[in-house]
Amino acid sequence: MRSVIPILTMVAAIVVIWYGAAIGMNAQWARDQAARAGTTLSTSELIADTWSQERPKLPAPHQIVAELWKTTAMMKPTSKRSLVFHGWITLSATMLGFVFGTGAGILLAIGIVHSRSMDMGVMPWAIASQTIPIIAIAPMIIVVLNSIGITGLVPKAIISAYLSFFPVVVGMVKGLRSPDAMQLDLLRTYNASKPQALWKLRFPASLPYLFASLKVGVAASLVGTIVGELPTGAIRGLGARMLTGSYYGQTIQIWSALFAAAILAAGLVGIIGLVQRLTLRRMGAV
Amino acid sequence: MGWVVFAFVFWVAAIALNSWLARHPLSETRLGKLLVPTIFGVTILVVWEALVRGLEVSSVILPPPSAIAAKFATSLPILWVDFVQTIVKGALSGYAIGCGAAFLTAVAIDRSKFLQRGLLPVGNFVAALPIVGTAPILVMWFGFDWQSKSAVVVAMVFFPMLVNTVEGLAASSAMQRDLMKTYSASYLQTLFKLRLPAAMPFVFNGLKISTTLALIGAIVAEFFGSPVKGMGFRISTEVGRMGLDMVWAEIAVAALAGSAFYGAVALIEKGVTFWHPSQRG
Repeated sequence: MRSVIPILTMVAAIVVIWYGAAIGMNAQWARDQAARAGTTLSTSELIADTWSQERPKLPAPHQIVAELWKTTAMMKPTSKRSLVFHGWITLSATMLGFVFGTGAGILLAIGIVHSRSMDMGVMPWAIASQTIPIIAIAPMIIVVLNSIGITGLVPKAIISAYLSFFPVVVGMVKGLRSPDAMQLDLLRTYNASKPQALWKLRFPASLPYLFASLKVGVAASLVGTIVGELPTGAIRGLGARMLTGSYYGQTIQIWSALFAAAILAAGLVGIIGLVQRLTLRRMGAV
Repeated sequence: MGWVVFAFVFWVAAIALNSWLARHPLSETRLGKLLVPTIFGVTILVVWEALVRGLEVSSVILPPPSAIAAKFATSLPILWVDFVQTIVKGALSGYAIGCGAAFLTAVAIDRSKFLQRGLLPVGNFVAALPIVGTAPILVMWFGFDWQSKSAVVVAMVFFPMLVNTVEGLAASSAMQRDLMKTYSASYLQTLFKLRLPAAMPFVFNGLKISTTLALIGAIVAEFFGSPVKGMGFRISTEVGRMGLDMVWAEIAVAALAGSAFYGAVALIEKGVTFWHPSQRG
């Protein structure tokens, strides 16, 4: 709690700098407009203008908040101009992909822990794949699946599943291996079978690792979905809002989509953090 | 049909060979540790090639590895131009600027508990956000050429690097800092002789995370506009023209560049933090 004041100070400082930067970056346009109209602006008029332009280089925070409010609360969620609509498209693809990616990742991790040949053969590739900008294949997946008639949610979900898959594999393998030899020996003296050892010892022991990698995975999933929305011709979703915004120079629209994505990401990570805290508390681990 | 059967037989044989190798004493040696993943990788390529031929998959859906390799070999000049544009100009410059700025910021706020307590949660929060979404804005500000890509990379690597460095600077123990105090070491002496060396494992962790982020940032930013060269540009245009062999060749370049970049940072880490337990044994 004692860090609330420093954080608030920091956020306030960012907002102040932002307003200042908005003046600096938008002033040129405001002066040009005034010169064209044959008038000169006083300082206060100039500042007021830089904070309320239609297509500013850098929109002021209140403009973004107003746009967010206008496109969420003031519009029907089914409207094509509503951010709730686009956010939902992105969120549903992210969640579908995240669930499948995580499930597959956990299964592969269980396989790796139990099979030495899989461990030696697959694990180096799983680790190496984390150093590769996987996202580069996103446009290809979208277009190829489109060409064989699969459109909509599924291609984006595949990308987001792919991105959340590897962090979960790597984290889960570490987690499933985290019980020490003493505990594994104890289970052996109990004559526990492999599934029993997995279910009663390895899996509970892996939960802290699982949650840590879920947080990384869900953020990666969201990025994957957003990038996956770029090459489809920009129809629906937060990524599409950003792309159309950049085509038409609608900076406020880009920023509001960016903020919506940020809020979504923060919400998803926050929910996982909450589940983590509740689970670990019930397990008595905290 | 023959190719499909061949793929299946090859797969089974390779799996059998790998499980035999994994139980063999050879697997404890360096050679064995290299051999098993290599066999696995080669198997994937062979099965891919055989299935694409056997099932007659159209090359606009999935080209076989041989076609990708052929394309790679014949379009080396284009790939090189793209590599220079995206990796060297966009990613590396942004990586250097972003990581350098984050490192200096971390050292600068190191003396103020107040700034740290405010900046760390904000940094942690921002590090989890989809920063790549700033790409359209930065492309608008800095133009289509590599400067905007470099700016996206700076935005992406700054906060992970900052958080790691600040954590690292707190890594030396109270005992060690007390010892420096009994030597009557100045702040700068403590910083250079104790705390920066102790921070190095964390700093390199941040540097390694940032390598991937840098490549992602540079490639994705090109989807929002670029001159007529660059890996992201080539991928998005070739996808549109159904030239998938070229897309895969670019992906191969990205994979090679990504692993080499990471490998280089890991190698430097090994030299700098040779004393750390994770580097021994």
